Amino acid sequence: MKLLTLAAPIIVVMLVAIAPAFAVDTDLTLSEQGIQRSADGGLLEALMFYVCAAVVLGSGLAICLSKNIVRMAVYLFGTLASVALMYFLLLANFIGVIQLIVYAGGTLILLIFGVMLTSKSPWAKFDVKRNELIAAGVVCALFACLLLFVVVNAEWPLETDAVVVGSSMTQFGVGLLTNYLVPFEAMSVLLLVVMIGAAYMARQE
Amino acid sequence: MTQFSVPWKQSPPIEHRGPARGIVALARFVYKVATPIVSRFPGPILIAAIVFSTLAVWAHWELFGWVETIAVSDLNGSANSIWGQSLTVAEIGAYLESKSVFAGGILKYLLWPLQMELFRDLVGLAAIFQLFNLIPVYAIWWERKVAGRIQSRMGPMRVGGWHGWAQSFADGVKLVAKEDLVPAQADGMLFRIAPYLAFVPSLLAFLCFPLGSYWVFRNVDVALIFIVAMVGVEVVGVIMAGWASNNKWSVYGAMREACQMVSYEIPMTTVLLVPIMTAGTLNMVQIGDMQSGGWFTWNAFHNPFTFIAFITYYIASLANCKRAPFDLPESESELVAGFHTEYSGFRWSLFFFAEYAAMFVVSGLAVTLFLGAWHTPLPATWAFEENSLFNVLLNGILFSSPFWFIFKCFIFIYIQLWIRWTLPRIRIDQVLYSCVQVMFPIACIALVGHAVWMVLLDGTMVSTVIRWVLGLMMAAVTFGFLSVAAFGYRNGRRMVGYLAVKQLPGS
Repeated sequence: MKLLTLAAPIIVVMLVAIAPAFAVDTDLTLSEQGIQRSADGGLLEALMFYVCAAVVLGSGLAICLSKNIVRMAVYLFGTLASVALMYFLLLANFIGVIQLIVYAGGTLILLIFGVMLTSKSPWAKFDVKRNELIAAGVVCALFACLLLFVVVNAEWPLETDAVVVGSSMTQFGVGLLTNYLVPFEAMSVLLLVVMIGAAYMARQE
Repeated sequence: MTQFSVPWKQSPPIEHRGPARGIVALARFVYKVATPIVSRFPGPILIAAIVFSTLAVWAHWELFGWVETIAVSDLNGSANSIWGQSLTVAEIGAYLESKSVFAGGILKYLLWPLQMELFRDLVGLAAIFQLFNLIPVYAIWWERKVAGRIQSRMGPMRVGGWHGWAQSFADGVKLVAKEDLVPAQADGMLFRIAPYLAFVPSLLAFLCFPLGSYWVFRNVDVALIFIVAMVGVEVVGVIMAGWASNNKWSVYGAMREACQMVSYEIPMTTVLLVPIMTAGTLNMVQIGDMQSGGWFTWNAFHNPFTFIAFITYYIASLANCKRAPFDLPESESELVAGFHTEYSGFRWSLFFFAEYAAMFVVSGLAVTLFLGAWHTPLPATWAFEENSLFNVLLNGILFSSPFWFIFKCFIFIYIQLWIRWTLPRIRIDQVLYSCVQVMFPIACIALVGHAVWMVLLDGTMVSTVIRWVLGLMMAAVTFGFLSVAAFGYRNGRRMVGYLAVKQLPGS
């Protein structure tokens, strides 16, 4: 029994390590002709998708149901990381990595940091009043209706022979600096304004 | 078990029961057999291990390559899908007979699973996991040896015979056997999960971490950002550990870690843009292969700005994997042990695995991006013609090989250890000042300067001259360091004796 309790974490780590290994999958031998994938995807890929989806939904529910704010942040980490895994499964490596570095590595840490600095009790609790619950329920129901409407009415074309030629990164970068330069620059100006605003608010009087 | 003769009274060894008894007996047996052999032949065993592991990886690569050739070229009709091949055992047997390879028996059954991507991935993962385990084990042993030498003592000397080579393994056994303590007032779930949140990301960084042109588990086009992201995500586990311990020291450690990590990621990623601009890709294998051809083609000597970027990256990476002088999250003189004050046993060791693996990863990034990755300093024109297997082997060893990569990485790990045991720790306000007001402007200057240099001066005479000057300067520094080290190694006893004779009371 003692042996089992010792071995269990190691097995868990191995499983967690194997999961993205299947997701982060652009093979060297295929990179010359571009990344090819078969239309049906394969059993393991489907399995990985359902595992990721289960983690996204499960940790999302846990965020809603938990009352401890720091625990919520951990559940949020689960959601963000498995959404990144789903990006990897779709071969959108760049978006997946940016998801990890910006949300999981940056935003989440700032969030936890804020909670740590502002909380007064040792365990920051989150109590919901009844009218807040009703308001949140109404908003969520409306949003769920909207989402369902979109999902049911949208067309989902199935790409049978999806071949990405060359590195997707190069195309992404070229596209960002040619066809989509104006939105890109607008976003960077917005971020600059936000940064200046934050520095202004944090300055010493 | 060897009983050392000590002046105090020794208690008799503990009697174990159940499966533990078998494990203890096995460990004692291995220890008893291995110790005299290793003590007698440390050098040959090291060389044999290196040769054997190289041969094993080479054989594995050849075997899989051969099976892939069968699958792709000789039997048409089976499309190469991601997860597996459609060859049956009978088809493989038919192929072997057609090539008059010794066909009968179990060879076809042995070859059949090798065609599956899943099988290859499991082999690769096992290799990565072992590498990930061995690097911290030996880095910790080496850290203790280096610390010992810097403080004029020997470091671990007992366990396993030759220079205490088995010390880390013994520590590992001890840590696994220890009780798994969770403080009563801690947040139990977070406290248990936090070490894994620190450990798993640094393991994942090894997934697309190349040790050589073909020595990489997944050659991803965004490998560089993936690794940086993984080193950054590791901090979540540390913060969780500090918070969940419900201990003021731990929370202070976690807060310092968060502060330091979020701020030092900015100069670090900014200077990482400099080699990315030079190479024009985020693929680590391509960046490494672009620097083949000797000392003067390495990115660090490309122009003054890349050199500045290299130094800045190295300092920022020290802060990023919380090494001294930036080891504020676990500064033992003020915070006991910082974020891992409350941890013990296996969970505590997970933090150390994560930290030492992160040290290897950031050193590996420095080597891959700035210092020629797996290529040697020797010029490429000296390479032999590849007309025989021996010449290919010689080229592999002398001109580009994972050993060179690991060797360079361990040089940088050595510098990290050296800094840790010689420099004092700086204050948190000094840490943040040096990030925001010193490192970040320098990083910006390096980035802009490199961009201007690439547009105006790349490929001109000035660029070549500067590259040679920088390269020669760095070569002189390296050579000087090596000669001083050699002099110290040769005359160490005499120097210490001189100091002791002149300075100690009663001289």
